[in-house]
Amino acid sequence: MADNARHIIQAKELRKNFGSFPAVDGISFHLTSGECLGLLGPNGAGKTSTIRMVYGFSPMTSGRLEVFGLDVKTRWRQIKSRIGVCQQENNLDPDLTVLQNLEIFARYFNIARKESRARALELLKFIALESRKDDKVTSLSGGMMRRLVLARALINNPELLILDEPTTGLDPQARHQVWERLELLQASGLSILLTTHYMDEASRLCERLIIMDHGKILVEGEPAELIRSYAGDHVVEIVNPGPDIKEFVDAHDFLHDSLNHRMIIYGREDDRLFDLIGEKFCRQTCIKRLATLEDVFLRLTGRELRE
Amino acid sequence: MRGALQITNISWRFIRIWQRNVLVYRKIWLVNFFVPLLEPLLFLAAFGLGMSALIGRVQYHGEEISYIVFITPALLAITMMYNSFFENTYASFVRMYYQKTFDAMMATPLSLEDIIAGEIVWGATKSVIATAIMLVVVSFFGFVYFPHGLLVLPLSFLGGLAFGTVGMIFTGILATIDMFNLPIFLFITPMFLFSGTFFPVSALPGWAGTISSALPLTHLVDLCRAFCLGELTPDIGWSIAYIGIMFVLLFPVALIVMRRRLIN
Repeated sequence: MADNARHIIQAKELRKNFGSFPAVDGISFHLTSGECLGLLGPNGAGKTSTIRMVYGFSPMTSGRLEVFGLDVKTRWRQIKSRIGVCQQENNLDPDLTVLQNLEIFARYFNIARKESRARALELLKFIALESRKDDKVTSLSGGMMRRLVLARALINNPELLILDEPTTGLDPQARHQVWERLELLQASGLSILLTTHYMDEASRLCERLIIMDHGKILVEGEPAELIRSYAGDHVVEIVNPGPDIKEFVDAHDFLHDSLNHRMIIYGREDDRLFDLIGEKFCRQTCIKRLATLEDVFLRLTGRELRE
Repeated sequence: MRGALQITNISWRFIRIWQRNVLVYRKIWLVNFFVPLLEPLLFLAAFGLGMSALIGRVQYHGEEISYIVFITPALLAITMMYNSFFENTYASFVRMYYQKTFDAMMATPLSLEDIIAGEIVWGATKSVIATAIMLVVVSFFGFVYFPHGLLVLPLSFLGGLAFGTVGMIFTGILATIDMFNLPIFLFITPMFLFSGTFFPVSALPGWAGTISSALPLTHLVDLCRAFCLGELTPDIGWSIAYIGIMFVLLFPVALIVMRRRLIN
């Protein structure tokens, strides 16, 4: 019981079917208080379907799902009053000004009028949009809108923040602005559930990751640990590899992927044989770099295009 | 589960959606006031100055009344129908489909049922506002008998609930905004013409009169006429019951079709 209390989200055999198609195919996971958990996966992996069930937008087909130790089937109203959600689309209210978007949203949570105003102004300061408070939301840039959506998700002082692809479609400056805010929130102890397909975002923000595909969990763990187990420490990419390197890699049983005109070889730190590849076979273009989460992601979910 | 009626999900929190719509309405209140203010004047000019000269007086409930006095209550009833129906079709559809306002609301403690109830009550509120403005205008010409005529105001709320609910059902089932032409052509326009609005239902041949008496707008027109002429006969109870029952029966349907549409 004490253990459950620390679990902000507890999902067991969670399933979501659309007709006969299993979008989420019996997954179990948890989110501990104060942690940032990232859900990664290609398009159609079931990330959004999963979090929609968590915030009570979409009913589950079967399984058990508790948020704050409360059953989402029956206690959805209490749960929803304690979480903040950044949906994938910028569904700000275009009929309202920047400030009103926050104030009116606060009213949906039954926050008193005076307090709504105070919190709205405070959050506008947090996202550096005070000077735009009386503007129409349609006049904001994409990055500003995203920050406003984030502020709106914080209006009820949530205990859990749910972010569905928070920086998709933003330019690098805007992404970093959003990340900075999220890091501040994380440091203040807010629990975060995030979906993304940006690996840099996941490794920067999340302490723990779940990689999903076809509605199932493929792997789960800390970013560094996932990289070590699934892509090693270093990677050598060889463009147009000759038959000799192929033979060498096969003979020494290296972890590798052979693509059309490129070979990717994964190696451990202090591996003499692996270092030899760089010295012996890099006649043509050859890139040696650190292994990243993207390597893990592509190795696990494949390289073919998705919808 | 999917698409099941969940009437217990409605809470008084629906008032928050209503408040949001009031705020947006107030932003362009001048435009919003303008239409119900001018519309009756246009109608009265066309029918009062133009048609009245041709038609003169109309037999209604064994009494002779001037044509303009005959159609004034119908204009009020049409206003109730238009304001609520159009609010809960086009305006609600834009909020639901294009602005994704409902999606954002559903990430708060509000339920889908709260949202739909708030929208329909707002549609009815718009019906009351427009009717009230129109009532003031036509009263200046002395076409309304007071105090009975004031009963039109609570009626405009009830009528607004009923017609707004019908609109919301179409919002729940029609795929695109252009498709609203269909219920307008098949439902709204025929009622506008044949609900005892511009001529008494008794002028229609028997079968058509029977159909006309079954139309909801006919009952709304009858009620408005009774209130505006100050003739509160017992049979108005049936018409009130008709509109009330229409709302009570169709409201759950609106909730079901909207749940089917938005929750998956």
